[in-house]
Amino acid sequence: MIEVEDLTVRYGAAVALDGVSLTVGAGEMVALIGPNGAGKSTLVNTLSGILRPVSGRVTIGGRLAQVPEGRQMFPDLTVDDNLRLGGWRIRNRDTGPIYEVLPDLVKLRRRRAGLLSGGQQQMVAVGRALMSRPDVLAVDELSLGLAPLVVADLVRHLRELNSERGLAVLLIEQNARIALDLCTRAYVLEAGRIATSGPSAELAASPEVAAAYLGVAA
Amino acid sequence: MSELVQYLITGVGGGCAFALVGSGLVAIYRVTRVVNFAQGGFAVIAALTASTLLASGLPHGLAEGLAVAVGALTGLLVGLVAIGKPGTPPGAALIVTLGLGVFAYAVEVLVWGDQPRSFPGVPGAVEVFGARFQAHYLLIIGATLAVFAGMGLLFTRTDVGRALSACASNPYAAKVVGISVTRMGLVSFAIGGALGGLAGVLVTPIQLVTFDYDVTLIVGGLVRPALTLAGGLLLGVAQALVAGYGNAAYQMEVALVLMLAVMIWQAARKPIAQEEPA
Repeated sequence: MIEVEDLTVRYGAAVALDGVSLTVGAGEMVALIGPNGAGKSTLVNTLSGILRPVSGRVTIGGRLAQVPEGRQMFPDLTVDDNLRLGGWRIRNRDTGPIYEVLPDLVKLRRRRAGLLSGGQQQMVAVGRALMSRPDVLAVDELSLGLAPLVVADLVRHLRELNSERGLAVLLIEQNARIALDLCTRAYVLEAGRIATSGPSAELAASPEVAAAYLGVAA
Repeated sequence: MSELVQYLITGVGGGCAFALVGSGLVAIYRVTRVVNFAQGGFAVIAALTASTLLASGLPHGLAEGLAVAVGALTGLLVGLVAIGKPGTPPGAALIVTLGLGVFAYAVEVLVWGDQPRSFPGVPGAVEVFGARFQAHYLLIIGATLAVFAGMGLLFTRTDVGRALSACASNPYAAKVVGISVTRMGLVSFAIGGALGGLAGVLVTPIQLVTFDYDVTLIVGGLVRPALTLAGGLLLGVAQALVAGYGNAAYQMEVALVLMLAVMIWQAARKPIAQEEPA
């Protein structure tokens, strides 16, 4: 579904990604964890074509949609208009199915997105991404700044989308506990390089990962 | 009383032209963050084109319509040069528009000469509360109201309008959903060209297009279309009142004093049109 081979991205002289390779299979949920500034968002923005790599290859089988970091609402537009714009790429204007998947949005559809809570905005961001009928969803910092209960609700939605619709998910998270709990496999990105990767259970059990990302004393 | 009504109506008529040119500037600025210094040129080119087309025998309506289309096309061309290359910073694009504005002036002189031109508008006069004024003012006011209503519908009811608003409020998110911010910037330049062109063809039968249009965008803080309309009307009425009760020679001073007052007032409230962090 997503195949990244030996990807290098630079901002001027600064190397943001240095020879990164990763894969996400069809219907798979994969986590990308790592500290602030490791290059996680750079990777997502390269996958969605906003940034151009210096070298390496990105192959995406099917359609990729991005839930960007910071939710990135169109604050002056209504929730419904935000969703509609999510379908811009494929000229999809039918927001009905999104309200079926995310019924909490129904009562908010006429509200201006800028006035919503963080959790509601994240829900809109997920819905907006779904409007392009993606095969794979790249979710950048799902939990950032949100209360645990709100995150749990969003995680439940992602799980449903994955199990019921076969949507593949690449979850980019600083909160490694959430990421490793939700996804079957994970990559750890540090300073623009994949430091380690493997099944989530193995990574969670690894003393280094536990110490660095799960707050467990090594 | 009849004098006051006359000044108010002619002032609103003149203010409509300011508002149209100003809303063109706002349309471009909202989407691209570029202050378009070539905006006045759109009005002049459209007005001169209309005068040529009318002189060559084209009927009213068609000639003005084509001239507005030429304004839109000029806007598009200015946009292509100013922001056509993705990643052009707004400051650089602003300088490009400044250069193109001067260039347009040279082209106008080359093609149409340096003598002012005019053409007749709606014939006849109208009397309201004892005040007589040219019927053309009603066309200006009606057309401006229709255009502002149309713009309101464009931005709230159509996909292109929503995409323009999206680029204005969050260009990064617009890219994420697949909207080409550069292409939308070009659309906004074409809209700005059409609005400037419309102002030019509407106002030429009653007055010359001058260069004191910047007041409206400062009143509107560069991003608020409704305030731009109000700012344009305020300027038009203030100028008409000063010209009527005082001396027409002071119209430029009125514009400058108004601009200064608004800038001081805005500066006291908050910084003007602060850039949002990327």
